[in-house]
Amino acid sequence: MTGELLELSAAQAVEAVHAKQIDPAELFETYRERAAADELNAFTWVAEGPPPAPPAGDAPLGGVPVAVKDLFCTEGVPSQAGSRILEGYRPPYSATVVQRLADSGAPLLGKTNQDEFAMGSSTENSGFGPALNPWDRSRAPGGSSGGSAAAVAAGLAPWAIGTDTGGSIRQPAALCGVVGMKPTYGACSRYGMIAFASSLDQAGPLTRDVTDAALLLAHMVGRDPCDSTSLELPEPIERPRAEHLRGIRLGIPEELTGLEGGIEPGVREGFERTLALAQELGASIEPCRLPHAPHALSAYYLIAPAEASANLARYDGVRYGLRVDGALDLATMYERTRGGGFGREVKRRIMLGTYALSSGYYEAYYGTAQKVRTKIAHDFAAAFERFDFIATPTSPWVAFELGSKTDDPLQMYMNDFCTVPMPLAGIPAISIPCGLSEGLPVGFQLAGPAFSENRLLDAAFALEQAIDFDGSSARA
Amino acid sequence: MPEYEAVIGLEIHVQLATRTKMFCACEVTFGDPPNTHTCPVCLGLPGALPVTNERAVSFATMIGLAFGSEVARRSVFHRKNYFYPDSPKGYQISQYDEPLCRGGQLGDVRIHRVHLEEDAAKLEHLSESGRIHGSARSVVDFNRCGTPLVEIVTEPDLRSPEQAREWLTLLRTTLKSLGVSDVDMSQGSLRVDANVSIRPAGQEALGTKTELKNMNSFRFLERGLRAELGRQRELLDGGGVVELQTLHYDPVSDRLTPLRSKEEAQDYRYFPEPDLMPLEVSDELLGEARAALPELPAERALRFERELGLSPGKARELAFRAEQAAYFERAVAVAADGVPATELANWIPLLVERIESETDPAASRVTPKSLAALAAMVARKEISRDAAREVLTMLAAEGGDPQAIAEREQLGALAADGQLAALVEQAIARDPRAAEQVRASNVKAIGPLVGYVMRETKGRADGGEVRRLILERLGVS
Amino acid sequence: MVDRDQVVHVARLARLELTDAELDRMAAELSHVLDHIEKIRELDLENVPPTSHVVDLPAPLRPDEPRPCLERDIVLAGAPEPVDGGFGVPSPGAAPA
Ligand SMILES: [Mg+2]
Ligand SMILES: [Zn+2]
Repeated sequence: MTGELLELSAAQAVEAVHAKQIDPAELFETYRERAAADELNAFTWVAEGPPPAPPAGDAPLGGVPVAVKDLFCTEGVPSQAGSRILEGYRPPYSATVVQRLADSGAPLLGKTNQDEFAMGSSTENSGFGPALNPWDRSRAPGGSSGGSAAAVAAGLAPWAIGTDTGGSIRQPAALCGVVGMKPTYGACSRYGMIAFASSLDQAGPLTRDVTDAALLLAHMVGRDPCDSTSLELPEPIERPRAEHLRGIRLGIPEELTGLEGGIEPGVREGFERTLALAQELGASIEPCRLPHAPHALSAYYLIAPAEASANLARYDGVRYGLRVDGALDLATMYERTRGGGFGREVKRRIMLGTYALSSGYYEAYYGTAQKVRTKIAHDFAAAFERFDFIATPTSPWVAFELGSKTDDPLQMYMNDFCTVPMPLAGIPAISIPCGLSEGLPVGFQLAGPAFSENRLLDAAFALEQAIDFDGSSARA
Repeated sequence: MPEYEAVIGLEIHVQLATRTKMFCACEVTFGDPPNTHTCPVCLGLPGALPVTNERAVSFATMIGLAFGSEVARRSVFHRKNYFYPDSPKGYQISQYDEPLCRGGQLGDVRIHRVHLEEDAAKLEHLSESGRIHGSARSVVDFNRCGTPLVEIVTEPDLRSPEQAREWLTLLRTTLKSLGVSDVDMSQGSLRVDANVSIRPAGQEALGTKTELKNMNSFRFLERGLRAELGRQRELLDGGGVVELQTLHYDPVSDRLTPLRSKEEAQDYRYFPEPDLMPLEVSDELLGEARAALPELPAERALRFERELGLSPGKARELAFRAEQAAYFERAVAVAADGVPATELANWIPLLVERIESETDPAASRVTPKSLAALAAMVARKEISRDAAREVLTMLAAEGGDPQAIAEREQLGALAADGQLAALVEQAIARDPRAAEQVRASNVKAIGPLVGYVMRETKGRADGGEVRRLILERLGVS
Repeated sequence: MVDRDQVVHVARLARLELTDAELDRMAAELSHVLDHIEKIRELDLENVPPTSHVVDLPAPLRPDEPRPCLERDIVLAGAPEPVDGGFGVPSPGAAPA
């Protein structure tokens, strides 16, 4: 039975629960045991015992449990954002998204490992040790939502949620061979999601397939009175059913698919193979221009650290979390607490962001980056006049060896080359597995205009049916 | 030594009288046990987000309209970054280069800007016994944290401590009549900082200013300003220069102490608050704010001048003090015909002098009706001004009817005929030299004669009437 | 280029204690990253408005109605130094504000 349960996608499991073919408590326990026996360091906390209350018989998510990135606050449950400065922190409230999922019948399975405060692309920046890629445990699962991606890929969770600021859902999804979607900015409430870069952060699903992604997302979205930047999508998220891509125009931006991004040959091959499939399904493929996209990474690495430098100022040893040398004077307490509690990459970004906002540098750095952001949004708007979607590889490369990119921050930042422009413009994008390169998954990314989630999911679904990808070996 | 001119500008923080905080739904309270009115937002917990209180926007808009400011239909919240235990997020949500209101005027003072922000938490210093390993401790209470504030910044239009105090009275009354704040300095709902400089009279360029903090009452504001102006004058006279610095005024010692000079200039690293989209003042909100505006003190003063014939000074004295103005208007409404409003106006400050509560005459035992009756007796010369003051003292102490008190105390005016005429005869008889001088047109010499009659009548006689009688009797008129 | 003095200044603004080794490394790393990032300053961005928010909607306003607050025990549960119902800290008097 266990083996059969594991072979069900989350949406199939929901249907089976609704049809009374499986018992949600058994499903929960099966996954709970697997998560508790996690050897990938994908989880930082796993539910103890059964879920608080069985879901109503008709709960839309059927009691199929969800793994939640540690960045989300979960009431009474450790929520540490991958940081030692929040070690043992148990918030008095749950993030809106987590609450909505629980209310819809997806109880909390566990909290997943991540790069500290979502700053990273490999989960090696976690304060609690790196997560491992289930396809090859010597490799990184990507990041920052690496724990969620690894857990879903390894069958330790039916599905998971993560957050994406510059690619933190899509890139680990690509490296772990799962589906990851970042919706339009504002679609999911950020309330209770520990902030990294407020104007970019968005929650989204990491799932085994596109149908699961649509189902989970459908119960995450919606305006939240507690998040001023959240909004109602113009239409509910539907189950994707498209079988072809006739009439769909795909734009291939030279800037993100050319040599500049340093795309690996195996990744390029997978990308082009998928484009050919799209064409077979009826899509038209044409090059397009996003002239400012190559500068997106620079703008991102000014805007995100600047916002982060303020968002992380609250970790000061006064109200919660770590405090170091509290008996000394206030300034020393602050500096030692923060110096000791934050990891290397977080300190680097706080420094970068503080510098970019500091007197005399604001215009040159932060101000300029905001203008580049405007240009990037204009580039996309212009492209979407001619194209339905933009297609790129999700990551320039497949999963890399642990430790291979930690010495050079710029190298690590290049992970986000293809994923960073979309959050800068606030638009949705999805990554689906499109094959293997030397035994490791390759991700294919589609991005659409704001609020195009349903069309994106449909297109991704049609492609998914045509792509020959089998993730079951990672679940073994 | 040159003459100097003081140049003063004020920065006033006003707590708005909303039910809930600026960016969360915690109730705004005063005096409750610490940390009993907090939530993830005002504690700066991880993941919490601000949502703007509509009434705070509406109140700030009303303040802007009252000043005749330009109310921005779109303004922006910024983060002002600084580390301090009273700032749970490490930044204050405030407004920076796109504030809600710009310009405007209140009384003689131009308004520079008005913006919305959130209050900080309260930091209480523990006594010696609370030390840990010898280090002094403080305790943070977040009940106040997040209370809506408007910051009002004036242009440097004030020229003296007295004027600053008087203007602050106007501001306080204006805010109170708008119903947007308790404006209680003792509870910290009105907090004043001042920028102070001096310059040689006639000089255009401004001198170096200092920032004065912690003047938490009207009296301390005046005294603090006076102390600082004196300090600056002394410095310049002694050939020194004023240094740009922030000073803390200690009302107990009347001393100014510089706040510990910072190792580096403050760098607040303002940037637009990403958690809040720009604030838009809708037509609806603006219309409602406009409709909610009451008559403002400055307008009331003009009305007192135009309709009731008060002098500009008297009109402002009353109108800038809302309670007195309200009492005055009630007295005018119930006064008998023939009692001029100007007469009534004179009695308000006299009443205020005689009551415990220094502000509100309505809280005294004297009703507007009895004050109006007293003023009528004076106007009809049924009682002398001096005697009426005595009646007022008794009225304030015991309440009741002024007529009855005057009769009981035999303070009623003496009729011109009879006793008063006899006393005039006596006065002339006792001081013939003075009488002779008055006859010779030296009217100034009448003083002792009037004085005699007033003394004999214990002030019950009307001084003017006595004077008229004496002049008549001596054939001078 | 970011020199060591600037790093010291910025670390102070950010209230981060950095060891000598960290300060040196930070100066090198920030310079390296900024060298790359600074290329955006060569773009022609005249008359381009800055984007702070990608959503072009006004901020929603909240009705002024109180909602329940957290229990104080819960509020103080994770406090490093709970004192008399509040959060204890070293007095700021001794430190620059
Ligand atoms: Mg202020
Ligand atoms: Zn609150």
